[in-house]
Amino acid sequence: MKRITIDPITRLEGHGKIEIFLDDAGGVRNTYFQVPELRGFEKFSEGRPAEEMPQITQRICGVCPEAHHLASTKALDALFHVEPTSVAKKLRELLYSAFYITDHTTNFYILAGPDFVMGPDAPVSERNILGVIGKVGLELGGKVIKTRMQNHRIIHMLGGRAVHPVFGLPGGVSKVLREEERREIEQIAKESVEFARLSLKVFNDIVLKNKEYVDMIVSDVYTHRTYYMGLVDANNKVNFYDGMVRVISPDGKEFAKYAPSEYLEHIAEHVEPWTYVKFPFLKKVGWKGFVDGDDSGIFRVAPLARLNVADGMATPLAQEAYEEMYTALGSKPVHHTLAMHWARLIELIYAAERLLELSQDPEIINPNIRTIPTAIPDEGIGIVEAPRGTLIHHYVTDERGVIKKANLIVATVNNAAAVNMSIKKAAMALIKPGKEITEGLLNRIEMAWRPYDLCLACASHTLFGTSPLPIEVYNSEGQVIKKYT
Amino acid sequence: MSKLKIALYWAASCGGCEIAQLQIGEKLLKLAEAADIVFWPVAIDVKYKDVEAMPDKSIDACLFNGAIRNSEQEHMAKMLREKSKIMIAYGSCAYEGCIPGLANLFNRKMIFDRVYLDAESTDNKDKTLPQASYRVPEGELTIPEFYDTVKTLRQTVDVDYIVPGCPPEEKTTWLALEALIEGKLPPKGTVISHNAKAVCDDCPRKRDVKKIKKIYRNYEIIPEPEICLLEQGLLCLGIATRGGCGAPCPQANMPCTGCYGPVAGVIDQGAHFLSALASVIDSNDPEEIRRIVDDIPDPVGSFYRYSLPDSLLRGARIK
Repeated sequence: MKRITIDPITRLEGHGKIEIFLDDAGGVRNTYFQVPELRGFEKFSEGRPAEEMPQITQRICGVCPEAHHLASTKALDALFHVEPTSVAKKLRELLYSAFYITDHTTNFYILAGPDFVMGPDAPVSERNILGVIGKVGLELGGKVIKTRMQNHRIIHMLGGRAVHPVFGLPGGVSKVLREEERREIEQIAKESVEFARLSLKVFNDIVLKNKEYVDMIVSDVYTHRTYYMGLVDANNKVNFYDGMVRVISPDGKEFAKYAPSEYLEHIAEHVEPWTYVKFPFLKKVGWKGFVDGDDSGIFRVAPLARLNVADGMATPLAQEAYEEMYTALGSKPVHHTLAMHWARLIELIYAAERLLELSQDPEIINPNIRTIPTAIPDEGIGIVEAPRGTLIHHYVTDERGVIKKANLIVATVNNAAAVNMSIKKAAMALIKPGKEITEGLLNRIEMAWRPYDLCLACASHTLFGTSPLPIEVYNSEGQVIKKYT
Repeated sequence: MSKLKIALYWAASCGGCEIAQLQIGEKLLKLAEAADIVFWPVAIDVKYKDVEAMPDKSIDACLFNGAIRNSEQEHMAKMLREKSKIMIAYGSCAYEGCIPGLANLFNRKMIFDRVYLDAESTDNKDKTLPQASYRVPEGELTIPEFYDTVKTLRQTVDVDYIVPGCPPEEKTTWLALEALIEGKLPPKGTVISHNAKAVCDDCPRKRDVKKIKKIYRNYEIIPEPEICLLEQGLLCLGIATRGGCGAPCPQANMPCTGCYGPVAGVIDQGAHFLSALASVIDSNDPEEIRRIVDDIPDPVGSFYRYSLPDSLLRGARIK
């Protein structure tokens, strides 16, 4: 039996590997998406003082430390039974909105965008950010860099550091915002809203006006009928920082709506011997293997999932864009994996609009940023929406607030089973007996996982270009018969 | 002059070091003028086998971030050492093990049992554990072997320079890169930062040698804005931590947690902090001293947050 190994793929938490097994005729028999790394935060968090967890757990990921920092800080609020001040909640959400702007911008322009802007079959040397800038123009390219830098500046201002911030405490945040800083943020937010609108226009012009791309988005190759999960606010609108977790079934009905403290009633994780990652599934539906549909507990998270589970967006421009997407695609939920890119841009608009709203709130410069906890700590669960999906931190402590148990369900992991399915479906549809396996074809397989924006999707990767993808085709004796570079 | 050849690699790390390398902003252009990046798995399309094919010592310098947690990382560290004239441990994980190094308080079995068997959300009645090699119906699948302990880069290969920090601040990164580009590297073994003395040296907070009667957890008090955090009873490790970072954490009202490692001339950061702490405790009564230090819930995780694998302790002895 022949096999194709894609190792390493990158842009996930650590490293990743794809194995594609072919049958004797040259069709795909099966595929495996493997995560070859583990660090064991769940274990070595034991014994640590709970209040150190926002800083410890953000070392899971230096690309999205803000997400871990805040999920952890919210878990501490619950653990210490303390209500953060209203100012503190707003400052946390403000920092988080700025973070979302940087992260979604990175994904669209640098990681995923090249596939559309340059085309899936474009030469590898052009299918990267530099190619994108060449096509959309230096002016927009400059705005991409500026938007990222400005919003990183907000993170630095509030969080003390640009990478691995230090501002989360149970009951609040560590640093007061000054009026001149608020004004600067307001200005950045205004520019970010314009940038986000422009980005959606780019997507419209390049992707949606191109029939070939639209056909690809709605094609069966990139479609899975699954459950979806995401946070919603009191009005069932998308929220990144807080709210209830809503789950919908493949036909769009509300399947569950739960508070963070109830997550164990809804999610369980399956273990496979060939990878270090676990596979979360809906407990009430059950693990049925790597299959989609109503009877399989596999659910999806991240931008499209968040939009699917919500009734809309909480800000006007994002709401307009939301309605346009569902009208254009004709149904809700949308099951087309590639529409995740569209959903991400709608969220980019929301993040920028929300940043602007918060920056104009006079309360945010109030120095009342902390409530000192007084209750005895015991157990706490915190959930935020990381850019890559629902992120859960769960701690149990002794009465001194020292961690006895820590359980973490990381955003990307929620999509692990779906990523496996997406790769398999794309590989089966695209690799056919007798058909030459070209780089462009393999890139179309990669396009099946790229929408999930596997973590470590950082700006760094792609300054110079592409995902490294050594691909080797093996014959049944395990000898390499062809190499793709 | 021909351009330098530089390799960048990541092992057991979080990706924050890559972000930190990008934080040098427009200086990246200066770097690009002076050096060609010949290997950077996160950014350019060069494969492991391409590196293997490079002649020994054909890379001028390798910036290696991440600790050594599994067999693949050890293999890559050894290969890159052979190929590189200069090996730089970039960031706390490569330098001293960092936060993932706290795993050395446990062993592989304890970590696997927690993650794959006991975690609250895990549903694993068959007690399945990941295997380095596993036979699926279609063939053999392999993943790297997870080691019992975390090792630093220096414990794995010969290291020429160290860039400290979790992650290194922008100016620290540039200090190292500039020295490399201009051929003005310090003596082998140097830890490259702007300040070999303590973070306190960088910190604008005032110290007036006040002694403390009580140690507080960071959530228990709102610290005075201009006074030394340690003198307010918070466990700020700045006094035993190498400076050069500019003390951003104390300026955000949070204690230094020690990410730049020990100050020059000190081997064990935790032991150094312990002796410094002893000198600020305001008591001569052994009973009272015991009461005061009993308020520290996690000495090993607090004093060796970043440096456990590189410390004299190395980790916990597990029978």
